[in-house]
Amino acid sequence: MSAWINFAALWKILVFGLLAGAGLPALFAIGMVALSKGPKAQTAGGDSDVVVGGNPVGLVAAAFCFLVVLAAIGWGIYEIYQIGHPAPK
Amino acid sequence: MAVNDLLLALVVVTALCFDFTNGFHDTGNAMATSIATGALPPRVAVALSGVLNLVGAFLSLAVAATIASGLVDTGVVTLQVVAAGLAGGITWNLLTWYFGIPSSSSHALIGGVIGATLAAAGGHAVQWHDLVSKVIIPAGVSPIIAALVAGTGTWVLYRISRNMTERARGHGFRIGQIGSASMVSLAHGTNDAQKTMGVITLALIVNKSIPANATTPFWVVLTCGLAISLGTYLGGWRVIRTLGKGLVEIEAPQGMAAESASAAVILLSSSFGYSLSTTHVATGSIIGTGLGKKGAEVRWNVAGRMGTAWLFTLPCAAVVGAGAEFLAKAIHGSPGVIVVLIILAAIAGTIYWRSRKNKVDHNNVNDDWTGSVAPAEPETAAAA
Repeated sequence: MSAWINFAALWKILVFGLLAGAGLPALFAIGMVALSKGPKAQTAGGDSDVVVGGNPVGLVAAAFCFLVVLAAIGWGIYEIYQIGHPAPK
Repeated sequence: MAVNDLLLALVVVTALCFDFTNGFHDTGNAMATSIATGALPPRVAVALSGVLNLVGAFLSLAVAATIASGLVDTGVVTLQVVAAGLAGGITWNLLTWYFGIPSSSSHALIGGVIGATLAAAGGHAVQWHDLVSKVIIPAGVSPIIAALVAGTGTWVLYRISRNMTERARGHGFRIGQIGSASMVSLAHGTNDAQKTMGVITLALIVNKSIPANATTPFWVVLTCGLAISLGTYLGGWRVIRTLGKGLVEIEAPQGMAAESASAAVILLSSSFGYSLSTTHVATGSIIGTGLGKKGAEVRWNVAGRMGTAWLFTLPCAAVVGAGAEFLAKAIHGSPGVIVVLIILAAIAGTIYWRSRKNKVDHNNVNDDWTGSVAPAEPETAAAA
């Protein structure tokens, strides 16, 4: 570790930052695309803002993606709470 | 003894005032992009952000004591030095807010405290190496990391959702933005409220009200959380406008990418003990999201103006802090501190009064960017 730049912390922040900060919204987007598959989206045409397409497989896939995102956020918050409140020795 | 207690009370109140300015200066970090894309109505956005800042303040106490004590020799710090340092931080925060520049509240606070310490005890009382490695270098690096994450996120989000209709995509990502913006608010409370907690804890230790190795008392956590939350709710509309409309024209996928990047980088940094400015991260993310979308325009002149303000934040707050300390020293004792705080209140009042003349609030915050913080005229504003 350099005396001036804390590279050890920086690369972790970059890698985990990409996973959480870009990966989780990407998963959200995949869920959203899955949600939009189906008959309703097609008939609604190009000018609709309806996201739900009505395909059951898409619906399940979307629910899975959203749950993973929520779980990751919940786990992150729990970790931060743990770090911020060390158990008394 | 009674005199010292009065002084301590004044310092605590001033610190809470700083925390309050910290809140309204930084509302934009969390909510600017959501307000700009219409994901949340402006007033709902600031209320949500305020509540989450309060929750965030209770989430972690990991870096509460490091902010001032790691950078200056606490042996020379007195209540007077803390008061002078806070005066420097508050003055710079209010000035940059008036000009709608999202400068770092952390830097303003650190600059003020360092200036006051320099004036009180000279250069040997400042840990210069730590100042460079823990404050100045992170300030340069963190916006770049945030921009990388946000830029990557933006590119990926547009790529994944390229077959959706424009309006459906906007609708979906606006819902996502509510979640990501909430995370930034939580991160802000966790990160920034702790800085004031650290200052108040330092003041309590200096005054021997609590032992040097004590943890932050509960009432300090509570009052700091409340102050930053109230400040956030008031909403720094001028800064929100610059971040949401001035820097980049933002669409919902970009907003979500920027907020997710900010939240992730801020929370990760505080858990790895790498202190950084939430403002630098949020601004880096917004620029990154402009770079990650083909054809999006980053207004580099606005970014340049911000960058310049960032360079000046530490030295300017330090100059004000040092001036306040010299003045307090010259008058001597608690009357000196009281005079400094009265002058501070007068400066704050003047800036607030001037800001009323070209007001930015929840009504005109999203007006088209015409190169200035305050939108031109109410009648053109009504059309937007």
